[in-house]
Amino acid sequence: MKVSLFITCLVDNIFPNVGVAMTRILQAHGCDVRFSPEQTCCGQPSFNSGYCDASRDVASALIRALHEADVVVSPSGSCVGMIRHYYPELFADSPKWREMAIDVANKTYEFSQFMVNVLKVDDVGARFPHAVTYHPSCHGSRLLGVKDEPLQLLQHVRDIQLIELPYARDCCGFGGTFAVKMGDISGAMVDEKAQHVTETGAEVLVGTDMGCLMNIGGRLSRTGQSTRVMHLAELLYEGMRNSKEVLV
Amino acid sequence: MTNASESSTTVLQRAEVAMQDEFLRKAVRFTTDRLRNKKQTVTASFGNWEAWRERGEAIRAHTIANLDFYLGQFADNLEKQGAHVHFAHDAAEAVTAVRQVVREKGAKQIVKSKSMVSEEIHINQHLEEDGVRVIETDLGEYIIQLAHEAPSHIIIPAIHKNREQIRDLFEADSANNLSTETRDLTAFARRRLREAFLSADIGITGCNFGIAETGSMVLFTNEGNADMVMNIPKTHIVVMGMERILPTLSDLEVMAHLLPKSATGQNVITYMSMITGPKRSLDHDGPTDLHVIILDNGRSRQLGDAQFQAVLHCIRCGACLNVCPVYRQIGGHAYGAVYPGPIGAVLSPLLNGGEQYSDLPYASSLCGACYEACPVRIPLHDMLVHERQRQVQNGHGKPLEQLAMKGYRQMFAKPGCYRLAVRMARSFQGPLVRNGKIRARIGPLGGWTATRDFPALAKRSFRDLWPNLQNGGDSDE
Repeated sequence: MKVSLFITCLVDNIFPNVGVAMTRILQAHGCDVRFSPEQTCCGQPSFNSGYCDASRDVASALIRALHEADVVVSPSGSCVGMIRHYYPELFADSPKWREMAIDVANKTYEFSQFMVNVLKVDDVGARFPHAVTYHPSCHGSRLLGVKDEPLQLLQHVRDIQLIELPYARDCCGFGGTFAVKMGDISGAMVDEKAQHVTETGAEVLVGTDMGCLMNIGGRLSRTGQSTRVMHLAELLYEGMRNSKEVLV
Repeated sequence: MTNASESSTTVLQRAEVAMQDEFLRKAVRFTTDRLRNKKQTVTASFGNWEAWRERGEAIRAHTIANLDFYLGQFADNLEKQGAHVHFAHDAAEAVTAVRQVVREKGAKQIVKSKSMVSEEIHINQHLEEDGVRVIETDLGEYIIQLAHEAPSHIIIPAIHKNREQIRDLFEADSANNLSTETRDLTAFARRRLREAFLSADIGITGCNFGIAETGSMVLFTNEGNADMVMNIPKTHIVVMGMERILPTLSDLEVMAHLLPKSATGQNVITYMSMITGPKRSLDHDGPTDLHVIILDNGRSRQLGDAQFQAVLHCIRCGACLNVCPVYRQIGGHAYGAVYPGPIGAVLSPLLNGGEQYSDLPYASSLCGACYEACPVRIPLHDMLVHERQRQVQNGHGKPLEQLAMKGYRQMFAKPGCYRLAVRMARSFQGPLVRNGKIRARIGPLGGWTATRDFPALAKRSFRDLWPNLQNGGDSDE
């Protein structure tokens, strides 16, 4: 299957290893992975702040980069949620762009959603002998409806110890520009989330959105916690390499 | 007085005050946790909750889409039964209508049962200026009335008070010595409120639902106080928002499941009381004079607005507050308006217009928990985004933000500019980075770095790594 990547701006510039891990997993499952360097961002930061014109410019660059793809896979439920939930509305006034936007929206998947629902893979053959807790990001789970898929992938990892996160579904306080504009409120929210993560005693916090993980990780690091923060794809890829080492 | 509704501060400033109040935050967390856990349990055992939400949404959407018809039917039926109907365009007209009745009756003392709409028009303040004593009889409202505060939750107005504070307020009002036992405190309130019920000239209540088909008004309470307010005084005034209508009694059946289960996690409400017209000749009790004031106050502006009409579907259960992670941190007063939480962040700017509440839609991380909790599926998270967009369209964007968004647009709309900007940022970040993190409170990052570290840009971006990743090449870092 030909799979085009949508590497979000955060992953591209700050967490490239998440993109590397996702690429490797997809390749290991027989996908012919492609990447168009003409892509930048989904346009969500400006859209959620109220600046639709700016979003249309940015989103149309992404649509141009992706419209010839067969399927698109991205490591962020939030950005895929933006594309699927808001692109049709964003281009409501231009029939031509709207049609292209809906086409891109219909073929774009969040990573775990693609693995489980399209590739029908919930066991990537990974081994990860650590205590792990999972934070379900709001946009992925609520806007996009990806709820069980990440857990299905995690539950098939050998030797993993999954610990339930208290108040898991409460927002971590990221919210894109919210974290900057309403810094104090956002800070209080992430403080509570980081405390809950710490209380689980898990060595690793895993999630499917680098925005939230950057936020929680930033708070954990500021408060001197050693909890490692990983994207699901990173954890699975590291687990795949672990199990290869065991086999060798 | 902590009545924040006249406040000129920003939501962020008010939130800062609230966040320093550890007691308030603990109380809000404790109670909202309890409410949402109870709701979870009761809806799970009830079953098919999503189907009930869809029914609720369909009823509300149909009613609001045909509101003119149902309001007319409701008012006709009220008048047929001998009630007086007053349509109030704004708060001032509603206040005038209440004042007129109060003057006609020569009333000196009024008992009230909780009504958010009467908070919206500040009726107590106006009546007290006229020398009329107004006593709130909902226990929570009674407590915050003694404290001279505004409600901080739609259904639990005194969510932020503990029993010691309540005891102190009661003692200050009565010069009695009281314990902090719940039994003693409620017994005291009961005694005081019974006196008030018996000596009041007029009772004022809100209205959870008006039934168009019968001209009935329905009230949901857990204390039975509304029944006293509407049955003991000779005159009863109902102040209700114009959207509180349901077409039929069978629609009420659906709401009687959705409202208490969503609000407090109760399977059924303790008292669901319905009044249809004033006292008839064979009735034992009830008011002889019934006035119904139907308030618009900005509501009709939402009719016909595809993005916001559904805000009128709200049944004021407060479920969105109980799940909101922002409300959880800052409590209700920080919203600075009568309606707090996500519904307030949407409703207050819509009802009031202007600048006063223009920052409220930004007090949300857009996590969508409010939409998920709403028993009638109001897309509050979409509305918050749409309100922000309206503000920008109307030229209310902040200059610094406008500049930032201009920069974002130029950088991200053209891949070439994007690559260049990232390269520049990478070379400039050097002095700020320690161990791969940025801690400096610099520029727009300040809001972030005050409480958390920010990661540095990676040495090589994904697009730099891509050429070696293709075809399974080996370039893992």
